[in-house]
Amino acid sequence: MVSYIIRRLLMMVPVLIGMTLITFSIVHLIPGNPAQVILGETANQTAIENLEESMGLNEPYLNQYGLYVKDLLQGDLGTSLRSNAEISAEIWPYIAATFELTIFAMLFAVFIGVNAGIISAWKQNSWFDFLAMLFALIGVSIPVFWLALMEQWIFAQELGWFPAYGRQDNRDPMAPITYFYVLDSLIHLDFSRTGTILKHLVLPSIALGTIPMAIIARMTRSSMLEVMKSDYIRTVRAKGSGQFLIIYKHALKNAMIPVLTVIGLQAGVLLGGAILTETIFSWPGIGRYVFEAINYRDYPVIQSGILVVAFIFVIINLVVDILYKIIDPRINY
Amino acid sequence: MSEIVLELKELHTHFFTDNGEIPAANGVSIKVHKGEVVGIVGESGSGKSVTSLSIMQLIPSPPGRIVSGEINFKGENLVRSSEKRMKKLRGNEISMIFQEPMTSLNPLFTIGNQLIEAIRIHQKITKKESRQKAIKMLKLVGIPRADAIVDEYPHQLSGGMRQRVMIAMAMSCDPELLIADEPTTALDVTIQAQILDLMRNLNKKENTAILLITHDLGVVAEICDRVVVMYAGQVVEQGTTREILKNPQHPYSQGLIKSLPKIHEREQKLYSIPGIVPKPKTGGIGCNFAPRCEFAFERCFHEAPELYSLEDNRKSRCFLHDNNEGEVKKHAKSDIES
Ligand SMILES: Nc1ncnc2c1ncn2[C@@H]1O[C@H](COP(=O)(O)OP(=O)(O)O)[C@@H](O)[C@H]1O
Ligand code: SF4
Ligand SMILES: [Mg+2]
Repeated sequence: MVSYIIRRLLMMVPVLIGMTLITFSIVHLIPGNPAQVILGETANQTAIENLEESMGLNEPYLNQYGLYVKDLLQGDLGTSLRSNAEISAEIWPYIAATFELTIFAMLFAVFIGVNAGIISAWKQNSWFDFLAMLFALIGVSIPVFWLALMEQWIFAQELGWFPAYGRQDNRDPMAPITYFYVLDSLIHLDFSRTGTILKHLVLPSIALGTIPMAIIARMTRSSMLEVMKSDYIRTVRAKGSGQFLIIYKHALKNAMIPVLTVIGLQAGVLLGGAILTETIFSWPGIGRYVFEAINYRDYPVIQSGILVVAFIFVIINLVVDILYKIIDPRINY
Repeated sequence: MSEIVLELKELHTHFFTDNGEIPAANGVSIKVHKGEVVGIVGESGSGKSVTSLSIMQLIPSPPGRIVSGEINFKGENLVRSSEKRMKKLRGNEISMIFQEPMTSLNPLFTIGNQLIEAIRIHQKITKKESRQKAIKMLKLVGIPRADAIVDEYPHQLSGGMRQRVMIAMAMSCDPELLIADEPTTALDVTIQAQILDLMRNLNKKENTAILLITHDLGVVAEICDRVVVMYAGQVVEQGTTREILKNPQHPYSQGLIKSLPKIHEREQKLYSIPGIVPKPKTGGIGCNFAPRCEFAFERCFHEAPELYSLEDNRKSRCFLHDNNEGEVKKHAKSDIES
């Protein structure tokens, strides 16, 4: 297992190099002089030269890239042009916000999706199966922004069940520790606050998690139906075992292998969808951080944001691969 | 003979498909006595697996259903038994092993896990005791390094070893009846012989009755006491292994035996019955075997033969045994003997 993880980590190296190449290129792919573009049409020559100097834009590309990677390895993401602050010092709260939302959206998608898929397969062609698959079909085709706005309208404005914006009640903010607010409120032993924070998570998690949930539900169903036809399931039946053991032990574990692949891929879709959801729900996450940076042409922040999102995606897929190995003893590479 | 463990009476298991109703088991009657090894032979598609899955009440439904008939296991009609009752019987009093040892074990759980599960479904013993029992069973079926194998996964074992594990699992609750559906078909010849040996030994030692399904008369000759020959969903002949191999009565059995490779004669080409197994169908008229039968005569195409009882407890489904067909019979007999 340990050697598997080490090999898997080594396989990440080329991916990480590719990622840095792409984010590095962003600044240089802008047509025209990057400093000019960043500062705008009206900037004067000295300001442009100063910026070129501070960003090292006059060096040869290879040197610039070398410097960029060296800084990254030391945890230096550069300086925000807008706030003049070290990006590494200000980016963490945004990362935590996005990560927390992604985790909850994923939990929602996996829990509902997998269970709906199991029951649909178990009671194939029943009314539950029919309804669940109808919802799944609607779920994959629904535009996220529309779903988000509908949620806000119905569950926040009309019914008032859940708040429509933000991560917490801003009139009474909490002293953050890890910036994972659910965790922080638990550390503070402030459980009523945990409730409030969870309530804030509900609508954006559903908006973000619906498409993955629908895809996972359909994948689980078809995978379960396939597995239920297999010889080893017939063997388990011939042993005299009940339906529950057959489905939740033998079939589910096998059916989860392809579902896991989908979960890994959907995590990427989820992170990509975060910009939209975070904007609609005023969620102070990495998506919004980058989105605002784009308005200010704050390239170092854009670069860092993309790098961080890509890194989270790589980490999630590392976890997925480790789960594969835990589930399937035949995997051996 | 000793007491009857299993008795099928006129079993009809049909499949209801888009192409109509398929009588895969079309009135099958078979008896298995305590401690006896009974073989069911027939070409593929003749309804052997459907018959055996019907006994376990594991016919995929839909499309399949037991339409009529009785399956009496120690006096209890399984066709009428609840699913709850069947769960108690399966793997406990009636066990089954299958053709494909490579895919019959769950690849994601250890051998021990799957064996222990089989034991603990039916016996109230601790995890530790059942693990000991699992290792004991692995040793019983001749698996070397049983203490290590118990913690290994199916993909680490060969096909023959996996079939031994399947047998260990099937025998773990001391069943009265073991159904083996083509247990050696997927294995190579030497391994085949070992597995058959093992089954014969278990049959002698534990006095477990075995219903052995195969398309290979060679396998039957190895271990069966009695044979049932099936064709297109029906029993066409039955009798003791010796008699059927030596003196087959039904033209189909004769063809099967003629197509066996003979060790002593170096024949250039193996005989094979002309034509293919027809899909069982409802509403057909005449003898199912008529299109391929070299003795077929007028009547065979209009009327279906019954299962005639012959001397020595033998049965054969062929008009040649009808006393009213004396002329034809004489003619055919001389043909067979020549
Ligand atoms: N799941 C099924 N759906 C439809 N027909 C089936 C099914 N299983 C078996 N049959 C029918 O039953 C016939 C006998 O099958 P089977 O018992 O598997 O033959 P074998 O003697 O080779 O074991 C097949 O020819 C097929 O027409
Ligand atoms: S009944 Fe006729 S066709 Fe059928 S096996 Fe006998 S001789 Fe052949
Ligand atoms: Mg078969």
